[in-house]
Amino acid sequence: MTVEFPALALILLFPALGVLFNLFLGPRYGRGAVNVVGPGVVFVAFGVATWAFLTLLAMPPGGALAVHLWGWIEAGRFHTELGLRLDALSGVMVMIVTGVGALIHLYSVGYMAHDEDFARFFTYMNLFAFSMLILILADNLLMMFVGWEGVGLCSYLLIAFWYTNPQFAYNGRKAFVVNRIGDAGFLLGIFTIVATLGAHDVWTLDFVELRQHAALLGGAAATAAGFLLFIGATGKSAQIPLYVWLPDAMVGPTPVSALIHAATMVTAGVYMIARLGFIYTMAPAALGLVATIGGLTALFAATIALVQPDIKKVLAYSTISQLGYMFLGVGSGAYASGIFHLMTHAFFKGLLFLCAGSVIHALGGEQDMNKMGGLRRKLPITFWTMFIATLAIAAVPPFSGYFSKDLILEAAYDSGHSWLWFLGVITAGLTSFYMFRLIFMTFFGESRVDSEKEHHLHESPAVMAIPLIVLAILATVGGWVNLPGGLLWGNAFVRFLTPAVGAFKPIVEASPTSLSLAASIASALGIALAYLFYLRLPGVPMLLAWRLKDLYNLLLNKYYIDQLYNFIVTRPLFWVSDNVLNRAIDSFVIDGAADGAGLAVRTSGQIARRAETGNVQHYAFVYLLGALGIVAYYLFLVTH
Amino acid sequence: MSPFNLAAINFVWLPILPLVVVTVAAMAVLLAGVRVDDSESEGLGLLTLASLAVAFVFTLGILGQYGVAFAGAISVDSFSAFFELVILIAAMFTVMMSLDYAAENRIPGAEYYSLLLFSVLGMMLMAAAGDLIVIFLGLETMSITVYVLAGIMRRNAKSNEAAIKYFLLGAFSTGFLLYGIALVYGATGTIKLGPIHDALASGAMGSNPLLLAGIGMMVIGFGFKVAAVPFHMWAPDVYEGAPTPVTAFMAVGVKLAAFAAFIRVFMVDFASVGAHWQTVLWVIAALTMTGGNLIAVVQTNIKRMLAYSAIAHAGYLLLGMAAGVRSGPAILYYLLGYTFTNLGAFSVVIALERRGEAGNQISDFRGLAARQPLLAGAMAIFLLSLTGVPPMAGFVGKFYIFSEALHQGYVGLVIIAVLNSVVSAYYYFYVLVAMYMQEGGVEVERLSARPALVAAVGLAALATILIGVYPQPYIASAANAFHSASGAEGSHSAALEP
Repeated sequence: MTVEFPALALILLFPALGVLFNLFLGPRYGRGAVNVVGPGVVFVAFGVATWAFLTLLAMPPGGALAVHLWGWIEAGRFHTELGLRLDALSGVMVMIVTGVGALIHLYSVGYMAHDEDFARFFTYMNLFAFSMLILILADNLLMMFVGWEGVGLCSYLLIAFWYTNPQFAYNGRKAFVVNRIGDAGFLLGIFTIVATLGAHDVWTLDFVELRQHAALLGGAAATAAGFLLFIGATGKSAQIPLYVWLPDAMVGPTPVSALIHAATMVTAGVYMIARLGFIYTMAPAALGLVATIGGLTALFAATIALVQPDIKKVLAYSTISQLGYMFLGVGSGAYASGIFHLMTHAFFKGLLFLCAGSVIHALGGEQDMNKMGGLRRKLPITFWTMFIATLAIAAVPPFSGYFSKDLILEAAYDSGHSWLWFLGVITAGLTSFYMFRLIFMTFFGESRVDSEKEHHLHESPAVMAIPLIVLAILATVGGWVNLPGGLLWGNAFVRFLTPAVGAFKPIVEASPTSLSLAASIASALGIALAYLFYLRLPGVPMLLAWRLKDLYNLLLNKYYIDQLYNFIVTRPLFWVSDNVLNRAIDSFVIDGAADGAGLAVRTSGQIARRAETGNVQHYAFVYLLGALGIVAYYLFLVTH
Repeated sequence: MSPFNLAAINFVWLPILPLVVVTVAAMAVLLAGVRVDDSESEGLGLLTLASLAVAFVFTLGILGQYGVAFAGAISVDSFSAFFELVILIAAMFTVMMSLDYAAENRIPGAEYYSLLLFSVLGMMLMAAAGDLIVIFLGLETMSITVYVLAGIMRRNAKSNEAAIKYFLLGAFSTGFLLYGIALVYGATGTIKLGPIHDALASGAMGSNPLLLAGIGMMVIGFGFKVAAVPFHMWAPDVYEGAPTPVTAFMAVGVKLAAFAAFIRVFMVDFASVGAHWQTVLWVIAALTMTGGNLIAVVQTNIKRMLAYSAIAHAGYLLLGMAAGVRSGPAILYYLLGYTFTNLGAFSVVIALERRGEAGNQISDFRGLAARQPLLAGAMAIFLLSLTGVPPMAGFVGKFYIFSEALHQGYVGLVIIAVLNSVVSAYYYFYVLVAMYMQEGGVEVERLSARPALVAAVGLAALATILIGVYPQPYIASAANAFHSASGAEGSHSAALEP
C-alpha cells in the first residue's frame, strides 16, 4: 500500500533552504544565525522524518509513503520521474541520516567555533544532507545516482575544507577520480538495466516497477548489472580495490569524517545493494562477489588499523573494515543484517569520530597517539563515551555492535560462506585489539602530551558533549531493536525490514549460540591482548615491531597499495598522454614544451617560416594519413 | 503535416528574414564603426547584440513551418529553426563576452563585430541549407570570417599563428568537402538534399563507387570542422591563440553549424545508406573521444584544455551519429547543453584574463573559490556539466546519447565512452582542485565594471542547471527539430517512429 505523503518533500526542502541561507546570507548575518540555521534545518528535517516514519509504522507491513515531484527525462518511450518514496528501508535510512546528521551538525557548532569559514562549512554540510536524502528517498535508480554524485561532491568539498596543505588537494583529486571509476561502473550498470528491459519494451528505472519486471532481466543481465553496480559501491563505500581514497579523506574536519566518512555517505553502497536486492537475488555470482569482497576488505583493513599511529587513520581503516562486514551481510543475502549493522555502526562509529575530534580539539590539533596518553581524567566525558563506543564496536554484549555483528556472521555462515565467516571472526578479534589499543594509548598510561599543550587541555563545551552523550546512549541500546530470535521482541528490526528487502533464506542451519560464542571469544582475546601489550607490558609492541620489521612496515605502509596504483595506473596514463599522444603525435613539439607547442615564436617573420617548416606540415601530414585511411576503407568497400 | 507544404509560407522571403537581418546588421555595424575608436567599441557591440536579438525573434516566427524555399535551396523546418536559435544564442553570448574584452584589447570594433555577424550568417545558412551548394556557401562564409577573427589581434604572435594555421588547414579540408559534394552530385545527379535522399532511399545506388568516395570525402571535410581525430590538430593551437571570445565562438558556434549540416546530410539524407558511413564514424568517434580526453590530461593551459575537451565532446556527438537515426534527438539536446556549458566556461576564462594572457593557465585559477565564490561556483557548475555529473545538462545529455546508442546495439562504443568520461574527470577536476583546494592564482579585476560578462556567466550557469534538472521541454524540442528534418525530406525515415 502506497500513500501520497507530500510532506516528504519537506525533508529535502529544509536542508536546501539551509544551503541557500548559509551561502548567501550566512556571511552577512554572522555566526549566531548560521549556528542556529545550519543544524536547525537538519533537526527540522529529522522532525518531519520522524512524523513520516511514525505514519509508516502505523501502516500494515509493506506500506510506503510517496510523493511525485515532476517528470524528469522523457525521451521516446523511456521516462524517469523525480519522486520520493519512504518504505521501511528508506525510512530507517532517513532516520539515521537526519538523526545522526543533526547531532553531528550540533557538534560542529562547537568544533568550528574558532573557524572563520563557518558559513561555508555549514553550506557544504547542509548540501551534503540534502544530497544524501535525495540518494535515500529517490524512488528510481537514476535519481539515486543524482544523490550518489551529489554526496561525492560534498565529500570532496569538505575533505578539502582546510586547503592549507598542498597534499590535501592531491587527496581530494584522488578521491574524485577513484569515485568516478566507481560511478562509471554504476552508470554502466544502469545502462545494462535500461538496455535489457528496453529490449522487452519496459522503459523504467522506478524501483517498484523494476521489482515487478525484474524477472525480465534474466540471470546474465542481472549478474552483469549487479557486478557493475557493485563497482560503484566499492568506490563510494571504500571497498577493495577502490578503498584508497577514504584514509586520505581524514584530512577534512573531524565532524565531516564522522558524518560523511563513517555514518552516512560511505554506507550508500550497502543501501544501494539492499535496495536492489531483488536483482542481486537473481544473480548469485554477483552476490557471492559482494560477500567475498566484503569479507576480504573487513580483514584487510583491520590488519592495517593494527599499527597506525594516527587516531583518525585507525578509525578510517576501522570504517573500511566495518563496511566490509556490512557487505558481507548483504552479500550473504541477509540484506536486513547489513542495514542493521549500518545503523549501529552509524551510532558507534559516528561517536568514535566525534570523540576523536574532541581529543584532537583538546590537544590543539594533535592526531598522533604517541603524543597522547593518560587523558581519561582530563577529558572524562570524552573518555566514557568513547569507551562505550569501543565496547559497542568490539561487540561486547549488550552494546549495539554485538547484536548486529552476530547477525551478519550468522548470515555469512548460514548462507554457506563458512570461510568468510571465519575471516569475520578473525576480524572481530583484530577489531577489539586495535580499538582497545586506541583507548589505552589515548586515555591510559603516562601522559606523552607536549607540555605546552598540557596546559590548554580542556573538556569540550556542552554543545559538543551533548551529541556525544546522546550517541553513547544510542550506541548502547541501538542494538536492542533486534534481539536474537525468541527473546522478548526478537528479530523485530529484521521483520520490519523484510517486506522492503526480502527474507533471508539460509542454506545451512548452524547453532546461533556456538557461532556467537566463537566471535565473542575472538573479541575477548583481542581485548586481552591489547590490555597485555599496551597496559601491562608496554615494551612488547616495540619489540614485536622490531622483530617482525618487514611485516610491521608492510602494515604501516598499508601494503604499499597507493604506490602500486601510482605505478601501474597513474604514471602510465600520464606517460602515454604526455609523451606519446601530446608530444610525439599531437604537437610534434620542437621546443620541448608541452604547453603552447610551437608558439614560441615572437615576430611575424618567424611565424611565416615556422608555418612553412613547422608543425602545420606535420598537422597536414596526420590529416592526410587519416584521409587516406578513410579512402582506403571505401576502396575496400567498393572492391568487396 | 504535408512534407512540402509551401502554402504555409506566404511570403517567399520570410524563411530567410533572420539571415537578412544579420546581413544588414553586419553591414550597418561596419559602416557605423568607421569613426569609432577601437577602445570605445562597446556601442557597436550593443548594436550587434540588438540585431542578433531581432534575428532571434524572427527565427522564432519560423518555428512550426515546414517546406522548402528558394527552389529547394533553403529548408524550412524546426531543425533549421532549432540550430539557428542556438547559434544566435551562442553569438549573443559571444558579444556579451566581447564588449569589454574587445575595447580592453584594442580590437578594431567595426571589423570585429561585423565579421562576427557575417560568420553567424554563414552558420545559419549551414543550418538552413536545402542543398549541398548552400551548405558549402555557408561553410565558407563562416570559415573565412572566423580565420580573420582568430587573427584579429594583429600584434599578437599567437593570434597570427592561429589564424594562419587555421586558414592553411581549413583550405585543405575545404578541398575535401567540395570534392565530396561533386562526387555525390556525380552519383545522384542532383545537389538538392530531398532528391538525394529519395535517390538513395530507392536503393538503386547500391555501393556506387562515386557515392562511396563522395561520402568518404564529406566525412573528412566535416570531420575537420567538428575537430574530429585525426583532423583535429589545428584546434588546440587555434583555440589557444585566438582571442578568447573568438575561441568560445569557435568551440560552440562553428561546432553547432558544422554538426547541423553534418547531421542533416548524413543522418537524414544518407540515412538509408548508413552502412556506408556508420562504421567509419564508429572508428572516428572512438578515436576522437579517446584522443581528446587522453591528451587533455596533461594540459596546463585552460584554453588548450578546453580545446581538447571540445574534441572529446565532438567524439560523444559522433558516437550518437554512428549509432544511427534514433540518436538524433539526443545529439541535438546534447548540443544545447554543450553550448551553454562551454560558453559559460569560456566566460569565466575571460573574467580571469587581463591584457594578453594572465589567467590562461590552470594554475591561475588557484584560490578562486576564496576570492570570488560565485564565479568559482559557476565555473564548478560548468566543469561538472562537462564531466557529466548530475543534475547538470551534461549528465542528461550523456545519459540520453549513450542510452540511445545502447538501444541500437552499440555496446562497445558506449563502454569506450563511459570509460572516457572517467578520464575526463581527471582534468576537469584539476581545475576544481585549483579553485577550491589551492592558494595563489590571479586576482579578478573590475568584475563589477563588466556587467555583460557577469550576466553571461550567470545566465549560462542557470541554463546549465535548468536544462539538466528540467530537461523535458528541451528534449521535446530537440526531438521535434530532428523529426521535422527527417519528416520533411523522407517520410519513410525510421526516425519518425514514436
